[in-house]
Amino acid sequence: MKQVFSNPVLVKEIKLRFRSPKSFIGILFYLIAMCIFVFGFILLTTQFSGTGYFRPEESFFMFTMLTYIQLGLILFITPGLTAGAISSEREKQTLNILLTTAQTSFQIIFGKLTSSIAFLLLLLIAGLPIYSMVFLFGGVSPGQLGIIFLYFFLTMLAIGSIGIMYSTIIRKTIVSMIATYGTMIFLSAVTGFIYLVITGMNTMVSGSLSSSPVGHFFASINPVVLVLTLVSPGSDTFITDTTKVDFPIWAGYAIFYICITALAIFISVKKLRVNMKRTK
Amino acid sequence: MIEIKGLTKKYGSFYALNDINLTLQEGTVFGFVGANGAGKSTTFSILATLLQPTSGDAFVNGKSVRTDPSDVRKQIGYMPDFFGVYDQLKANEYLDFYGASYGISEVERKVLIPQLLELVNLSHKRYEYVDLLSRGMKQRLCLARSLIHDPKVLILDEPASGLDPRARVEMRDILKQLKGMGKTILISSHILPELAEMCDEIGVIDGGRLIAHGSVTDIQAQLAGERHITVKAKGLLENVATFFEEDPFVSSVELHTEKNSVTFNYRGTEDDQINLLKKAMDHSIKIISFSETETDLEDVFMEITKGAK
Ligand SMILES: Nc1ncnc2c1ncn2[C@@H]1O[C@H](COP(=O)(O)OP(=O)(O)OP(=O)(O)O)[C@@H](O)[C@H]1O
Ligand SMILES: [Mg+2]
Repeated sequence: MKQVFSNPVLVKEIKLRFRSPKSFIGILFYLIAMCIFVFGFILLTTQFSGTGYFRPEESFFMFTMLTYIQLGLILFITPGLTAGAISSEREKQTLNILLTTAQTSFQIIFGKLTSSIAFLLLLLIAGLPIYSMVFLFGGVSPGQLGIIFLYFFLTMLAIGSIGIMYSTIIRKTIVSMIATYGTMIFLSAVTGFIYLVITGMNTMVSGSLSSSPVGHFFASINPVVLVLTLVSPGSDTFITDTTKVDFPIWAGYAIFYICITALAIFISVKKLRVNMKRTK
Repeated sequence: MIEIKGLTKKYGSFYALNDINLTLQEGTVFGFVGANGAGKSTTFSILATLLQPTSGDAFVNGKSVRTDPSDVRKQIGYMPDFFGVYDQLKANEYLDFYGASYGISEVERKVLIPQLLELVNLSHKRYEYVDLLSRGMKQRLCLARSLIHDPKVLILDEPASGLDPRARVEMRDILKQLKGMGKTILISSHILPELAEMCDEIGVIDGGRLIAHGSVTDIQAQLAGERHITVKAKGLLENVATFFEEDPFVSSVELHTEKNSVTFNYRGTEDDQINLLKKAMDHSIKIISFSETETDLEDVFMEITKGAK
């Protein structure tokens, strides 16, 4: 553990990140937006529902909205934080020097990844008090929130690793950004679309539903679907009904993204430095 | 300390480096000279484990850049020809980061950093942001950075480029101090005279080939081929001239009666030259002065690189 916190790249990146006022302004705006949303929502429902008080169903709806907002935040900020991690150093000509130090490739990659994720975690944690408003009104259990946060963390890790990987293998930050955002959009939107097409074709062609593992796979790796099954556990059965595959979404998601993370980190570590060994 | 064996780097069919062989003893200051695109930076990048050679190998203190790159990295301090600095980082933090990157403890870093800043005359800029420093200051800071883990070998790619004359002299003084510490130093430059002053050995590279290697005087003799010598003497100058003409290494003897001198080109080694002077004394030639007109190193450089193309 001590080694993790004494990672030189991590320490330096965090120092740099919190030195620039941009980060604080970012967090501030995020919190203000969240507050406006929550209090606005409470105000609207209590004022116009006629009942004058806030009901658990409404609280649950707000919880769902908040969770999706945070998911969107993760999906859109993680690529931006990581896709330039290595390539921007290359562009600023600081990478060569960094690579001649005694740090292992893994240390460098790990430092870059954790420093980006640390910032995102801070964002999420800063929003936690607002989240807890929901508990005040009931409808959601803290355990559920814990699991959601665990999955948020996994999603950040996976997309962050992908960003770092592109940043390592692609020379230009802009291209790496495009590739990372492209992958993110593929995972969060295109997969859902593929799932719909596959299950739709399935019903049309065979009339009755036949088993479709591919459709189930694409549904499982979609973060939007995952969050849906996490906030309202019943929705899992819908996927099972349409694909005839009875495998829990949360498990499929976890396996897939853990593998992606490991693979992306592995490739980054391998490709960071040139291979000095004889190739031919 | 440094051993380069048959080092070759090809880009497609173009040879950036072609079979470079070089051995340097510990504590040597080696100057690497060559025109633009000769292959200096390529050689240094390979030594710094940043570039894969096409064939051949290089060893630093017995460690191969191919098989033990991480061991090589611990032994070298590398300063690239072009480099950037992190913005938002102060000079002492900059050094602190790299110190940590070499696994130096925080306590040691606290002691080391002021010393290094002192060495490169940047103590007064300690709390300044590095991206706001002048080019020469950045260069010096980068040199300090390359020293942070006390490497045995320093690989400096054009450390003096972009420096004003005063900063060049300062850089030279710093390097002399480092030489005094017993470090093996490799420096590249386009400017031969600049290197000649502080280097023990010079290597000349052109078109990816090491075309000359040796001590500064050797290189001059070997490549310029001839030294230009002026002898001032009393007595009959014709006799003096005929005496020198008999020496096998002497050519193009000229008489300057108005100046009482004879000039000629000399091709022998320094020892030969000493013997020649002795012989002249034995022949009771009344020599007033025997001097070598300094061949311009710049000319030497032009001569060498022209020949190899
Ligand atoms: N990535 C590359 N692809 C193709 N050719 C390259 C590449 N990098 C370097 N070269 C070529 O290799 C040769 C040697 O370059 P190098 O940078 O080593 O020269 P140099 O001696 O350092 O020159 P300078 O004095 O200008 O710094 C040049 O002809 C250059 O064009
Ligand atoms: Mg160069």
